[in-house]
Amino acid sequence: MTAPELLPGRNGTSVAVDGAPGDIPHGTTIVAAVTADGVVMAGDRRATAGNMIAQRDVEKVFRSDEYTCIGYSGVAGIGAELVKLFQVELEHYEKLEGRSLSLEGKANRLGGLVRSNLGGAMQGLAVVPLLAGYDEETGRGRIFNYDVVGGRYEEQRFTGVGSGSLFARGALKKLYHDGMSTNDAVLACMQALYDAADDDSATGGPDVSRRIFPMIAAVTADGFQRYSEDEAARYALAVVNERMQRPDGPAAEMQQITS
Amino acid sequence: MPFYVSPEQVMKDKADYARKVLTRIRSGVVITCDAGILFVAPNPSRALRKFSELYDRIAFAAVGRYNEFETLRKAGVRYADMTGFQYDRRDVTSRGLADWYAQLLGQLFTDSSKPYEVEIVVAEVGSSPDTDQIYRIIFDGSVAEEHGFVVMGGQADRVAEVLKERYQPHLSLQEAMGLAMAALAVQNEGAGSDAVTGDQLEVALLDRSRTHRAFRTVAGPRLDALLGEAKSPAPLAASADASLPAGAEGDSQPPSDEAGEAPSST
Repeated sequence: MTAPELLPGRNGTSVAVDGAPGDIPHGTTIVAAVTADGVVMAGDRRATAGNMIAQRDVEKVFRSDEYTCIGYSGVAGIGAELVKLFQVELEHYEKLEGRSLSLEGKANRLGGLVRSNLGGAMQGLAVVPLLAGYDEETGRGRIFNYDVVGGRYEEQRFTGVGSGSLFARGALKKLYHDGMSTNDAVLACMQALYDAADDDSATGGPDVSRRIFPMIAAVTADGFQRYSEDEAARYALAVVNERMQRPDGPAAEMQQITS
Repeated sequence: MPFYVSPEQVMKDKADYARKVLTRIRSGVVITCDAGILFVAPNPSRALRKFSELYDRIAFAAVGRYNEFETLRKAGVRYADMTGFQYDRRDVTSRGLADWYAQLLGQLFTDSSKPYEVEIVVAEVGSSPDTDQIYRIIFDGSVAEEHGFVVMGGQADRVAEVLKERYQPHLSLQEAMGLAMAALAVQNEGAGSDAVTGDQLEVALLDRSRTHRAFRTVAGPRLDALLGEAKSPAPLAASADASLPAGAEGDSQPPSDEAGEAPSST
C-alpha cells in the first residue's frame, strides 16, 4: 500500500530533471564558455524521472537579465522557481536603486539562493545552477559554477554542470581555445553536448526528426541573445553530419614524437 | 494649545498645508501620444528622479517632497514585484497599484500629524492610446482617472490651459514634446528667454512599441535630439470647454473639435 522507498531522497531518486538514483545526483548537461565577445551557454532538452524520459523539450537555459544567462541542473520544480526568483531579484534591485547589480553581486546573490535550499538539497531535492554573463565593468565574459551548498566558483575558460558535464568538459578540453569567437564556441558547445548525450542517458542529444535541439544563448556587449530553433538547428545538424563521418567527433591534433 | 480640535479643522489644516506646499513647486506634465506616455518636468538634478519604472508597462511619477515620494516609489516597486512573482506578471496592474497607493496615502493623511506633501501619477501604457490608463493620487488618498494629459503640482491651472488648448489624441512624440515644453514654459516667465536645455529637464517615456519593459529615460543625446525635433501642435480652433464625457477620448477628430479632459484641480 505505502511505498516510502519511492519518496524523493530515500535512495537518491528525484523527480524529473534529476539523473539516475544513487551515485549521480543531477540529470542534464549545461555548458558555458568564455568567448572573445562575452559568453555562450548551451543546454540539453531532456528531463528524466528514473529511467523514463519525462519531457523531451525542457528549457534549461534562461535569460536572467540583459547581461546574464542562467542554466540549472537538478530538480525541475525547484530549479524553475530558483530561476524565476533570481530574475525577479535582479529586476527588483534595478528598479529600486536605478542601476543594475554588478556581475559579482549577481553571482553572490545566486549563491545565496542556492544556499537557502540547503534543507531541500539534503533531502535529495538539489538544484545547482550555472551562471554566465557579460561584465560591463571589465568588458569581458565571466562564468560561475556552483556547488549544492551555494559555494561559487568562477571558471576562466569553460565549464559544465549536470550528470553529463564530465563528458562535456572532457570534449571542451580538446575543442576550446582562448579568444574563441561566439560562432566557434557555439559549435564547440554543441559538440560537447553531443558527447555528453552519447555517454549519459540523462542528457538528450539533438532530436532531428522532431527538430528539438539544444538551447543556445550568447551574451555580449549587445546583451542577451537566444538562438532561434532554426539557428540552433544549423549548428546541431552540422555536428550530426560531421559525426556521420567520424562518430566520436573531431580528432584533436597531437604533437608527434619521433622515435 | 486647545485640548480639542474638530476633525474638520484638522483635516482642513492638513489639506491646506499640503496644497500650499505643492503649489509652490514647479509643475510636471504627463501626455499620451502615439508613441506612448510621455513624462516631462523641470529637474536640474541627474540623480534624484521624479519619473521611474514600477513594472513592465507601468510608470510612477511624483512631485513634492523627495524623501516622501521616494519612500512611496520603493514601496510600490516592492509591492509590484512581489505580486508579479507570487501570481504572474500580468496580474500587476496600474489600477491595482493606484488603489494600493490611495489606501496608503489615505491612511497616512488621517493618521500622521503631517500629510505627505506629494502628488503621484501611476500610468500604464496599452497597445493603443485608447487602452492607456493614467491615475492621479494626491496627498489625501483621492484617486482620479485621467485621460489624455495630467498636470502635476505647481500652477496646475495655468499649465493645463495650454494643454487644453492644444492637446489632441494621436500626437506624435515630437508634437507631444513640443506641447509639454509650451505648457511648462508658462511657469518660467520672468526667468529669462533662454531656451530650456536637456540638462534642466527630466524626460521619460513609456514606449508603446517595446515588448518587455516599456519605461525609458530620455536623456543625453536622445533628449537633445527630441528637443530639436519638438514642435508644438497648433491651438485648437474652438475654445476649450470645462470638461468632456470620457467617451469622447480616443477617436481622431479634426482640429476644430474638442479634445482633452481637464484634470481635477487641487
